[in-house]
Amino acid sequence: MALLEVDDLVVQYYTDDGVVRAVDGISYEIRAGETVGLVGESGAGKSAASRAVLRLLDGAGEIVGGEIRFRGHDILELSVDDLRAIRGDEIAMVFQDAGAVFNPVYTVGEQIAETIRTHKDVTDSEARDRTIALIDRVGIPNPAARYADYPHELSGGMQQRAVIAMALACDPAVLICDEPTTGLDVTVQAGILELLAELAATSETAIQLVTHDLGVVAELCDRVLVQYAGEIVERAPVDDLYYDPKHPYTVGLLAATPRLGDDRERLPTIPGTAPDLIDPPTGCRFHPRCPYAEDCCASRRPSLVDPASGRPDNGDPETHVAACLEYTGDLEAGLDYEVQVRDAADSDCRERKQQGEPR
Amino acid sequence: MSLGRYVGRRLAITVPVLVGVTALTFSFVHLLPGDAVDAIVGFRDVSAETEAAIRAEYHLDQPVWDQYLLWLRDAITLEFGESPVTGRDVSATIGRRLPATLALGGAAWLLALAIGIPAGIVTAVSAGKPADEVGRLAALAGIATPNFWLGLILLFVFSVRLGWFRVLPPDAPLVSLATVKFLVLPTITLGTAAAALVMRLLRSSMRRELDAPYVTAARARGLPERTVILKHVLRNAFLPVVTVAGLQLAFLVDGAVVVEGIFSWPGMGRLLVRSILRRDYPVIQAIVLVIGIAIVLANLLVDIIYAILDPRIRY
Amino acid sequence: MSDRQPTTDRGRIRIVGFDDAAEQKRDSDASSDTADAAGTTADPSIASRGATGIDPTTASTSASAFAQPGRRLENAWRRFRRNRSAMAGLAVIIVMAVLAVFARPITVSTAEVTITLQPFSLAPDDPTAMFVGPPNAPPSLAHPFGTDWAGRDQFSRVLVGGRYTLSIGLVAVALALCVGVQLGAIAGYFGGWIDEAIMRVVDVLYAFPFLVLAIAIVPILEPVPILGSGYWTVVVALAVTGWVGYARLIRGEVLSVREREYVTAARALGVPDRTIIRRHVVPNAIAPVVVQATLNVGTVVLTAAALGFLGLGLEPGSAEWGAMLAQGRSSLLRGDWHVTVFPGLAIFLFVLAINLVGDGINDALEPDRDGRDDRRRMR
Repeated sequence: MALLEVDDLVVQYYTDDGVVRAVDGISYEIRAGETVGLVGESGAGKSAASRAVLRLLDGAGEIVGGEIRFRGHDILELSVDDLRAIRGDEIAMVFQDAGAVFNPVYTVGEQIAETIRTHKDVTDSEARDRTIALIDRVGIPNPAARYADYPHELSGGMQQRAVIAMALACDPAVLICDEPTTGLDVTVQAGILELLAELAATSETAIQLVTHDLGVVAELCDRVLVQYAGEIVERAPVDDLYYDPKHPYTVGLLAATPRLGDDRERLPTIPGTAPDLIDPPTGCRFHPRCPYAEDCCASRRPSLVDPASGRPDNGDPETHVAACLEYTGDLEAGLDYEVQVRDAADSDCRERKQQGEPR
Repeated sequence: MSLGRYVGRRLAITVPVLVGVTALTFSFVHLLPGDAVDAIVGFRDVSAETEAAIRAEYHLDQPVWDQYLLWLRDAITLEFGESPVTGRDVSATIGRRLPATLALGGAAWLLALAIGIPAGIVTAVSAGKPADEVGRLAALAGIATPNFWLGLILLFVFSVRLGWFRVLPPDAPLVSLATVKFLVLPTITLGTAAAALVMRLLRSSMRRELDAPYVTAARARGLPERTVILKHVLRNAFLPVVTVAGLQLAFLVDGAVVVEGIFSWPGMGRLLVRSILRRDYPVIQAIVLVIGIAIVLANLLVDIIYAILDPRIRY
Repeated sequence: MSDRQPTTDRGRIRIVGFDDAAEQKRDSDASSDTADAAGTTADPSIASRGATGIDPTTASTSASAFAQPGRRLENAWRRFRRNRSAMAGLAVIIVMAVLAVFARPITVSTAEVTITLQPFSLAPDDPTAMFVGPPNAPPSLAHPFGTDWAGRDQFSRVLVGGRYTLSIGLVAVALALCVGVQLGAIAGYFGGWIDEAIMRVVDVLYAFPFLVLAIAIVPILEPVPILGSGYWTVVVALAVTGWVGYARLIRGEVLSVREREYVTAARALGVPDRTIIRRHVVPNAIAPVVVQATLNVGTVVLTAAALGFLGLGLEPGSAEWGAMLAQGRSSLLRGDWHVTVFPGLAIFLFVLAINLVGDGINDALEPDRDGRDDRRRMR
């Protein structure tokens, strides 16, 4: 039994313009200790999906269907008190925008210690010692002094480290990281990613990493889920996804990732923008932007299938599945792309091409 | 920046404002039409000796700048002279009236907080529910009710018809049961609109805070909802309420001016109105000065409290 | 992202074919639909980030609403109309205004001719005519609101009294707005010693409560000949005390607006300061001021009525609601409730309606922000 199982989850937001189905029937599971990436453009419903795990949707959002099982118990059925006992203790969240996650009028240490006191039977000084150890663990120098700092007194990178320390306060079984590096400087990002990678490698904590950045996923994750317009369109172990992407959307995301050595004039992009989820496209939701779309894509809705066999998803999280009509044999022209892997011998060529680039 | 230096800087800003407040108050009798002596005596016919005495007392034969400084010196030592209308010492009159106004204003302020804070919390938490809508309309009604009208109605219903409270204030000292009982109606009259303002302000600032990411984060940490609201949200939502404490004071003073008259309460507000009607300008000048300085100092205090409550302000 | 660690494996992966296919699709889209092309072909690298690309299938009304001021007003009006309590408030104000205007005929008289501007007369009696009924009579069919101590018809007086109250509120706020917005915008835009000077004056005036300041100003203004009757004394006193609020509010708004790119750009292009303030800064800073002004009509009306109640400003015996309440006080202590109830109810209704409308405007103009956020004006 997986640690966390999400089954056919549907989340809706009620806005002035209509009902937005931010998450439309996604299913996945996370096993103890593994790191799973949830990737997609902004507006794909990734944040809604991960907030739903702890029933943390704000006023306008509602979970309208599905099950979220943690250790076999449906979180959606839990009483308020039972849910509260899980939040921060068994499942913890790392939010983006660390500057706003801390209450500005209390010290960082107090807020971390508060979490420990809430869930564990400890004295105030034990909570304090544990907090200082946590601050030290996430790589913040001089932890005893930082304990008494107010959030605004820390730099952005230190704030995000402190947010991670707060999430780790009670040794959670699952850590949900929602865009943990967005908005940080590149060098600071690298530090945070290193910290998360070290965490993934050394602790028993399972991590669900929500991001729009495929580079981050490649560095940290064991498996990847690609979400588009509220649906999961591809699921694969991380290497399979990068070396053998199956869904045209994934292919587009990979093609749009900038890298050194590109000899192209400009980055290829996915045409158009993320669809309006009030009135999503019919059939395959990606078809209005898909370069390989054919007439049938507008009418038939693909489900996750094994690309090799075309058989429906067998539920094994390690299998590579994608939701494209190509793999059920419905496309006439097929998908025309190719993944090139350059080996080390190309490296000098890469150097040269880099100089030729405009930026 | 340390708190001490913040307070120092804030004090430095207060000084020019105090100078402005005193200068404006000083110029009051000079802005009145006609000669300053005429204004001071309330445009009555006075003998030549009286006029000379007033010229000497107010240093009217000196340049305006010196007049201001001499007046300021007198004001600092609370020497406002005698009222040309009543012949009584102005400082003593105000000193006698001040406690009564403080008692009424303080009671009304406590009432405003006692009603406004819980009502603000309840309506903010139950946004979109009937409790919120009822609270919103009640607060608007509280703001829209003229306090003099409310006072008259309370007086009519509870004093005239039901006879529960006395119509005239007792002669008993300020701290006595009879006085406290008498204060019930004026306190309600004065405190209702203030309570409504506190409630609206707290409600809207709590609504704004409830949307803040740190609230979601606090819930994600498994904190009980009580802790989230009372420890985290309220502490932040209270900051805007603190900042308007100075405005609240001004609001209560305005109310007291009207309400004291209705209930014949011997405070400064009633003295001010009576002085206006009998053109007793030195008394008006002294009262306005006391009020102005009180509000400037209140705002200073508020800013210091704010800095203590909000660590972000000490950059 | 690969800048970070250019030597990792994924630096070697490269997708070939997707771009070409996407390019073909773009071309076909462009030829088939020119509107669509605007977003996707202009600069694909920008369009793909979804920030500026205008795709007809996804462009939502809310995203483009703030682009044009016309649309913004239209949307605000749509939101306002949906707000039932605000519309009820607006209806009350309109009804009260109509009743006040049509209560008695309005005439303009010169030496020779008298021009009647408004011939209707909804009020049954002349509000100043004494003994049209018995004094202190309770409400009856002939006198629906009863009569006062001088036997004047209360109903007529309340109707006509609306003229004072409504127009004082409107005119005083308009005057205060003219002064306050200009001074506040100048202070915020130019900064430096101009800002210091104006804001210190504001600080000083803020030290005096609204009503107390008005009370002190009335005797200064009273003998000024042009102001003549108490009406203009009250209006000017309320405007002199009222402008500081707007100045402070708009200065804060301008301070934040003037840092935005379009203002910097306009300045760099050599647009004169006056034009920048009028065309760019004020329109963007005005929303909270509009809300504040609406709500302040209520405050001003209450203060004007309080002045009337205290017997200041208007001539005693005027059919002003506050003054009528003051006169009703002695009748009330004798047990005649009707003299105070109706004028008070009129003030209450009007101020309540103004507040409902003010809240409605606030929600309509700035659904995400509270116009009465006092925090930003204190810092």
